[in-house]
Amino acid sequence: MDEKTLIAKRVALELLDGDLVNLGIGLPTLVARYVPAGRHVFFQSENGIVGMSGPINGAENHDLTDAGGSPISALPGAASFDSAMSFGLIRGGHLDVTVLGGLQVDQEGKLANWMVPGKMVPGMGGAMDLVTGARRVIVAMQHSAKGESKIVKRCTLPLTSVRRVDLVVTDLAVLEPTDAGLVLKETAPGVTVEQVIANTGAELIVSPDLRTMPLEG
Amino acid sequence: MKNKLISLEDAVARIPDGASILFGGFMAVGGPSRLVDEIIRQRKTGLTIIANDTARPHQGIGKLVVEKLVAKVITSHIGLNPDTQKQMIAGDIEVELVPQGTLAERIRAGGVGLGGVLTPTGVGTSVEEGKRTVEIDGKTFLLETPIKADFALLAAKQADLYGNLTYALTARNFNPIMALAGATVIAEAEDILPVGCIAPDAVMTPSVLVDHIVTAKPR
Repeated sequence: MDEKTLIAKRVALELLDGDLVNLGIGLPTLVARYVPAGRHVFFQSENGIVGMSGPINGAENHDLTDAGGSPISALPGAASFDSAMSFGLIRGGHLDVTVLGGLQVDQEGKLANWMVPGKMVPGMGGAMDLVTGARRVIVAMQHSAKGESKIVKRCTLPLTSVRRVDLVVTDLAVLEPTDAGLVLKETAPGVTVEQVIANTGAELIVSPDLRTMPLEG
Repeated sequence: MKNKLISLEDAVARIPDGASILFGGFMAVGGPSRLVDEIIRQRKTGLTIIANDTARPHQGIGKLVVEKLVAKVITSHIGLNPDTQKQMIAGDIEVELVPQGTLAERIRAGGVGLGGVLTPTGVGTSVEEGKRTVEIDGKTFLLETPIKADFALLAAKQADLYGNLTYALTARNFNPIMALAGATVIAEAEDILPVGCIAPDAVMTPSVLVDHIVTAKPR
């Protein structure tokens, strides 16, 4: 199993029956494939739909796309609406879970994921509203990039929000930011605690209930 | 009431150089593509454009950036249009990045007569710089100011001849919000129908907001 699949499978276990969920572009999009059987989850796309589903070959509609402009389909029971309603759902606490990619997460659980000054300035899109307003924020990302840990003492990149994220799932571990600090709750199959610590730029508290990351619901 | 259908050429001829324009659409879906092409044909320059994103370089309003007709952009995302980023870094185009939900509410505030909105989005980040904060019941909010523009250019699924509009699926996005905030509102519609064909409950933007309609279908 590749790293992205592992992360997506682990995140999918966090989604509960009846949840309204927003998935960010890229890795988080993969999560939709692994929702455990028997759990009915509504996916929101912030361009204005609840109840989105994957594209159906030959049935593409140019008025029905995801936030990247790619074709999707709508499940029975779906609803479409304007951008104020869409962000009302997000900011107003009606969204149960958002899953986003990350550039850095720090010891306090703060996320930076929208720009690298001087290098990459895509804009925040909906990320700041999602992190500020969703009931639960899950970051799905590789533990390191270009040999450097993305889990850091303090974010050096511009923050997406000052709100503490709820869970960080990487290819090495599951981390939970708490009042006491960043708690190592799970290690990926075949990964040791020492390996996680060696690849992490922040202090970790090893949970007394540490376990191997489950991948099936 | 007058029939609001005018030609594409007439519609765009009303827009002066240097105008501020709200554009409906999200990655060009639900964006007025014929109006965009006609703006390019008539070479309207120095525009301030306000839209969710700048699409891709050869798509929707992304074309206006490529054609160097834009002086300023107020938007939430330019990540898929490298031309916007290049022109911003070169200093040829001014870019104001606004969180997407805040952009929607600033435009709505402009259109419905509010003096601004209070949002928790952006508190403690670079978005807060230069803005007033307000504390309400112990929680901090940013005061975000209203946005209005000289024009709003929309894309609709249906328009009747009075200008009542409907939208389809995710092509709705910013269109109904922007319909409130443009001094002159021009809607490009896929289907143009006789008055009475859109049931009152189905109307998503009431005709009183719409000044002109043009057909989205090339003749």
